[in-house]
Amino acid sequence: MHVLRQTQDENQPQDAAAITGARNLGRAIVITSGKGGVGKTTTAANLGTALAQRGARVALVDADVGLRNLDIVLGLESRVKHHLLDVLDETVTLDDALVSDKHSDTLFLLAAAQTREKDEVDTDKMRALVQQLRERFDYVLIDCPAGIEMGFKNAIAGAEEAIVVCTPEVSAVRDVDRVVGLLGNRFKPQLVINRLRPQLVKKGKMLSVDDVNAILRLPLLGVIADEPEIIVTTNKGEPIALRKDGQTANAYHAIAARIAGEDVAAPTVELKKESFLDKLGAFFGGRRS
Amino acid sequence: MIDFFKKLFGQSGSSATAKERLRLVLMTDHIALAPDMIEQMKRDLVDVISRYVEVDREKVEVNFEQEDRALAMLANIPIVAVNRPKGGDGEKTERTEQPEAVAKTEPPQEETPVATASPAVAAAPNVASPGAHAATNGNMAPPKRRRRKKSGGAVNPKPATAH
Repeated sequence: MHVLRQTQDENQPQDAAAITGARNLGRAIVITSGKGGVGKTTTAANLGTALAQRGARVALVDADVGLRNLDIVLGLESRVKHHLLDVLDETVTLDDALVSDKHSDTLFLLAAAQTREKDEVDTDKMRALVQQLRERFDYVLIDCPAGIEMGFKNAIAGAEEAIVVCTPEVSAVRDVDRVVGLLGNRFKPQLVINRLRPQLVKKGKMLSVDDVNAILRLPLLGVIADEPEIIVTTNKGEPIALRKDGQTANAYHAIAARIAGEDVAAPTVELKKESFLDKLGAFFGGRRS
Repeated sequence: MIDFFKKLFGQSGSSATAKERLRLVLMTDHIALAPDMIEQMKRDLVDVISRYVEVDREKVEVNFEQEDRALAMLANIPIVAVNRPKGGDGEKTERTEQPEAVAKTEPPQEETPVATASPAVAAAPNVASPGAHAATNGNMAPPKRRRRKKSGGAVNPKPATAH
């Protein structure tokens, strides 16, 4: 597995420009899936947050040019002044374009351009940019657009590792299978299974983690349950990984630990068993937020 | 009764359907994704058939088709000549005018695609069929299931040419 990267000192710099100095290159990880709507952006936001909560310096790059969303999930939409293409076009500096996160001091976002198109991105420049970010951050997480066209190619250009997000659905598994084939061996893809509903799996109405991975055969990084709370956190622009506790937050923290090279217990499907109280709560419509 | 037990143990859910659909769709995808494998299979196929008849290697075509829920392999192998051992006077070759044999097979419901090359035999009237039955090898399970032979479409046997 990966070597645990040294975490930085406690008083984290507030400014992206302050994050410099001769260090090892950070890891550039692309988060991809092929299919849209499986939770790439949510995964990117939460893993970025979880890694930053561990003290790592993280740059989140939204490579979904034209359909910018990562800023929304992080609640940073009002702070975005410049974007990826501005940097690639050299109209602004990287420091001007990096947006610091509200909640995590060591987390920065490079937003995508909303009014531009994916094929306006120059693959070589993208690669160089990711390289530049790797010099300054421990992790560069690249949120890949859906599809396998130019946007995908640009998003993976600078990456050296990949996390593939898959939901337990035939279409999603098929697309991940295709994407993994396209990625080849270079990216050592690891799997996050998203939106699993243990109750349905138990009833035989949803593909299980084993069903999915019997086909994909990838190192399993984590399993995230389909949790209504994710919607609430997305509504608020506060990634669930900010929470110190809770099943989903813990699952993201475990993935972050695993990415960092910690020997965390293998992800299980032992997701929330609906307790009597939960059922009672659901019955009375007691939903938070 | 069985259904009852399946229900009881929760195995009748749609996840089984999902699994099966996924398996089939990926089998097709993978075949499309592995041109190397198809090339290798084509070579093996031609090698085996060449033991019995002379085929035009350049014009061999192997394609895959989805038929209902099964995957079918279509091999189009033009035969140039039929090697026919004749009594004492050695090997004789009958030249035929591009008789094409189409071997079509369907794999059974198994993990690996199964290819059965049904005999690529020219049904020329005055040419005795060598009756070559060739099965491709590789990761293939035993051949089975139906075959469709569309052989000897346009057969205009030329005078036999000895080599």
